[in-house]
Amino acid sequence: MSLETLESAPATGALAELVAHATRLYEDLELKGVRDWKAQDPSRRAIGFLPVYVPREVIHAANALPVGIMGGGDQIEIVRGDSYFQSYICHLPRSVIELAVSGRLAALDGLVFPSICDVIRNLSGMFKVLLPDRWVHYLDLPQNFDRESGGRFYRHEMATIAKGVSALTGVEVTNERLSASISLYNENRRALAQLQQMRVASPWQVPATEYYLLLRASYVLPPQEHTDLIRRYMQLSAASGRVEQDNIRVMVRGAFCEQPPLGLLRTLERAGCYLVDDDLVLGARFIPQPIAQDGDPWQALVDAFLYHTLPTASKYDVQASKEADLVQSVKEVRADGVLLMAPSFCDPALLDQPMLAHALEKAGIPFTSFKYAEDTGQFQVIREQAGTFADAIKLWGTT
Amino acid sequence: MTVAVKDLSQDRQKQMIASHYARLSRAGQEGRKVVYTFVPGNLTELLNNLGLLPVLPEINALQSGMRGKTGEYIQVAEKAGHSEDVCTYVKADIGMLKSGNLGPTGEPLPRPDLLLLSYTGCFTFLKWFELLKREYDCPVVMLHVPYQGDGQITPAMRKYVSDQLRDVVIPALETLAGRKVDYDLLSEQLALSARAEEDLVWVLESAKHRPSPIDAYFGGVYYIGPIFTSFRGTTDAVEYYQLLRQEIQQRMDQGLGPVTPEGTLSQEKFRIVVEGPPNWTSFREFWRMFYGEGAVVVASSYTKVGGLYDRGFRHDPTQPLDTLADYCMGCYTNLNLPDRINLLEKYIHDYSADGFLINSVKSCNSFSAGQLLILRELEKRTGRSGGFIESDLVDPRYFSAANIKNRLESYFQMVDAKRARA
Ligand code: SF4
Ligand code: SF4
Repeated sequence: MSLETLESAPATGALAELVAHATRLYEDLELKGVRDWKAQDPSRRAIGFLPVYVPREVIHAANALPVGIMGGGDQIEIVRGDSYFQSYICHLPRSVIELAVSGRLAALDGLVFPSICDVIRNLSGMFKVLLPDRWVHYLDLPQNFDRESGGRFYRHEMATIAKGVSALTGVEVTNERLSASISLYNENRRALAQLQQMRVASPWQVPATEYYLLLRASYVLPPQEHTDLIRRYMQLSAASGRVEQDNIRVMVRGAFCEQPPLGLLRTLERAGCYLVDDDLVLGARFIPQPIAQDGDPWQALVDAFLYHTLPTASKYDVQASKEADLVQSVKEVRADGVLLMAPSFCDPALLDQPMLAHALEKAGIPFTSFKYAEDTGQFQVIREQAGTFADAIKLWGTT
Repeated sequence: MTVAVKDLSQDRQKQMIASHYARLSRAGQEGRKVVYTFVPGNLTELLNNLGLLPVLPEINALQSGMRGKTGEYIQVAEKAGHSEDVCTYVKADIGMLKSGNLGPTGEPLPRPDLLLLSYTGCFTFLKWFELLKREYDCPVVMLHVPYQGDGQITPAMRKYVSDQLRDVVIPALETLAGRKVDYDLLSEQLALSARAEEDLVWVLESAKHRPSPIDAYFGGVYYIGPIFTSFRGTTDAVEYYQLLRQEIQQRMDQGLGPVTPEGTLSQEKFRIVVEGPPNWTSFREFWRMFYGEGAVVVASSYTKVGGLYDRGFRHDPTQPLDTLADYCMGCYTNLNLPDRINLLEKYIHDYSADGFLINSVKSCNSFSAGQLLILRELEKRTGRSGGFIESDLVDPRYFSAANIKNRLESYFQMVDAKRARA
């Protein structure tokens, strides 16, 4: 039993409305919002993308809306998806297939599958077979971070995406259009960075579920609209008078692809943990700093990818520095401990874990690890584990 | 006479392997540098050109599996914090490393002087060497090999790989070796590769004959041994494949079926195409479940993981870097799913198979994710019976003999029934 089981005060008034709006977007598995957006202008197209990262600027510059597909969470019943995957494969692809074969992805004119793991990779081919009328592209992000080779290759990959999306919209990705999109997404990056700062400074004002819903909203809204949403949220939450609880501050790592259900995030908070940093919906902030706006916009996107993306398990760790980065981040966000949580059967996250765990041990940073699935329905065990973790830190400063 | 030729090729392979391990055990005394690298997309010609000795952790895991060691090694790795969910090749290797790193000869394998990470067709390779990097603290050189997402190798992909070879991989290997690549020699090596590849393809395609003189899966894994590991581009490999070809030609002339651990299979009852790797911990038992039913595997995808040659690719001595790039990108698990389906469909037709079977291994998302769709598509397109079994590569906990046997028996009955109706 946890010493403190208080969660952040629920939102009220305008803040509650905003959170309800974000919740509706999150629950909109039929992509009704995307369809409405498209209906406003018949030339508009929507392009889905899978975790973790795609250069949304390129898609946006071709007059299409990039739409993040993060699985079905605990919101859909898997009727057919399970018959496409063996029990020892993670859950995300089966719910994505379910979304596809049940027609819920009909609003999407194309899909991009970034290189992150063998499951997403093969899923791209499954989509080619299952939805032959759809533009399906596998985006091979370079694992060589040299400007001349990896950079040139990536530029070519982005050009392929631009060409593919332009063929659907009839809008060419000119340098001007791309620069304008970069500028919009940079505004979004600034807003997200401010939100993150607010969370680090006063996590009781940015509860984990609300933060998460805001991030998810970035995967279905046009960038400007999302930026406005975050800014408004920050104002409303700062004025909401929420008070600090005696919770510990934790960082989450390993949740970059298949997402935990909202209930799990709520459980963590109820167990006495403020999430001050995490890698959920990582693609929304994979490049945290604004991208250079002078010079060649394509090169700016290349350089941002090569040099300014966050470390994550799906990216080759050239300098073997992921451990140092982790320990540094813990300090920066003043986390008391780390939750290494990974989806069951997720090779990248689970193969990373021993390396991260070792680094945390060496640095004397408390951590605990557990697995989840997007449709995990029972949180009791996790609640106890997180609660015990939080209690130990509160009592002894360690576990 | 048949026996004599067979002995020659097998003996030859054994000698080659033994001398490779002998070289490895002397590496320290002789100051030879050791490079750990992977099978799919290996750069054996380059390593040999520079006098570097390759060690292949996947092969270590596979051999440990066959020697019944991996159950223990996997537990060692899991105790050290590795998840039960992940690829067991990695855990078998880590467990072996933590248990003294003893190779098949019982001697410890030398530590790597460099990790050459070319991860064709699988992301786990990348993590695997990140983990080994922490154990050995030696340099890692990465060759990123793009995937054939759109079912082809584009000029941009080829350039990306050959640029990396020229600018990153070769300089690092040269520094390690203390000498430069001899490009004349490299061309000769690549020509030798192509000769051996030609014979390997002949051997694999001999299974089109009725009865098939080979089993292209259980026997096939032995046939690919030299060319998938340290011997591509050597005269040893060329001679081995010539011997093997002669031996199989003789079997074919005499109308013999494949060799099994219990002698020649006398009656070919089922011709099957298999997708997916075999199980190594119960390899013989697994094989017996096939030949015991008179089933011969006439084509398999697994024998294409370290190089897909039967669609015409051969190493080209005139274009050393581009050809190495094409080789890496062409390995089976680097094909996209529609292309894998097309290839298997072609095998089913070309090898007059009665059906196809998928052995889905828990370890390997690269192979396994999407296999149930492959099953459906192949059934739809070919009308032949598809079977599906689940096991693992080297984790004995996931080889349920009774269950697999039952499934296989029902599967062969189904094939029989379907054939009778046709
Ligand atoms: S959860 Fe992990 S294994 Fe599954 S698709 Fe995502 S990254 Fe791949
Ligand atoms: S996932 Fe498959 S291809 Fe990759 S290392 Fe494991 S067994 Fe080999």
